[in-house]
Amino acid sequence: MEILNLEGTEDTPKIILDKKNGIFEISGRSLPEDSAEFYRPVLEWIEKYSSDSNPSTEFVFKLEYFNTASSKLILDVLSALEDIKGMKILWYFHEDDEDMEEAGQEFSELVEIPFEFKTY
Amino acid sequence: MNFIYDLHRTMMSQKLILVFQGDFTQESTKSILSMAERNLDSSGEESSIKRKVFNVMVEALQNIVKHSDELVDGQVRSHAAIFLIGKEANRYSIMTGNPIRKENVVKLKGALDRINGLDKDGLKDLYKEIIKNTTISDKGGAGLGFVDMARKSGEKLEFEFPEMNEEYCFFCLKVNVPRDNE
Repeated sequence: MEILNLEGTEDTPKIILDKKNGIFEISGRSLPEDSAEFYRPVLEWIEKYSSDSNPSTEFVFKLEYFNTASSKLILDVLSALEDIKGMKILWYFHEDDEDMEEAGQEFSELVEIPFEFKTY
Repeated sequence: MNFIYDLHRTMMSQKLILVFQGDFTQESTKSILSMAERNLDSSGEESSIKRKVFNVMVEALQNIVKHSDELVDGQVRSHAAIFLIGKEANRYSIMTGNPIRKENVVKLKGALDRINGLDKDGLKDLYKEIIKNTTISDKGGAGLGFVDMARKSGEKLEFEFPEMNEEYCFFCLKVNVPRDNE
């Protein structure tokens, strides 16, 4: 399966989705002008992956900041991950960033996927 | 040219550290954010407060980008919007002003009043309710911006709608981020 690899910019996150090496990560800042357009390839990639997923998947969110339009798309990403067997979310937040910790907790209440919280 | 001095004095007396009036786009948003970030960094502001200010700035700026082009009567257009940051001893204030058609005032005021009527938990519930049910609008918004600003601020949103002409009001918004949040 093809690797999705997007370099991060000042307003878009770095994204690596690599089935073979088991790397699934969204990190950095997310405040794109058009969040739906930006996350479309991610959602498409996950849809393909869901039909032939690894036995277990650790999906990493290591976001420094995201705007509200991105938060809706992050929920869409999580919802797409929800039906994949062996899925687990690793939600990273900076140790003094209570808002990012709380954001992760809220997402965990909106989808049926186990979340593990980690600081960096 | 006394207006230059007057403007300078107003900025000093209102404790404004940044004022931008002009064309609001994603590009200008990024420039304003990086200028403000440098300012916060060089003043050694606490990182949790920096993050909240940044957060409110993004939502406020993207609101203007998405909605300030409501004007279609030629010259006013998106140039009519303004963005300001004030810094006082105990708080930052993120302020915006942009024209809004009069027929849209009631709905916007209703949304803001609803947000201001909620406490911390109420805002959290509203946020979750909207994010579950919303779809991204044509303009790219999720309808969560004001709720998020209120949550990050921890204070009531301040707003006014002074009249511009028979068609438009000027939507003024002020969001405070307390500095002594301990």
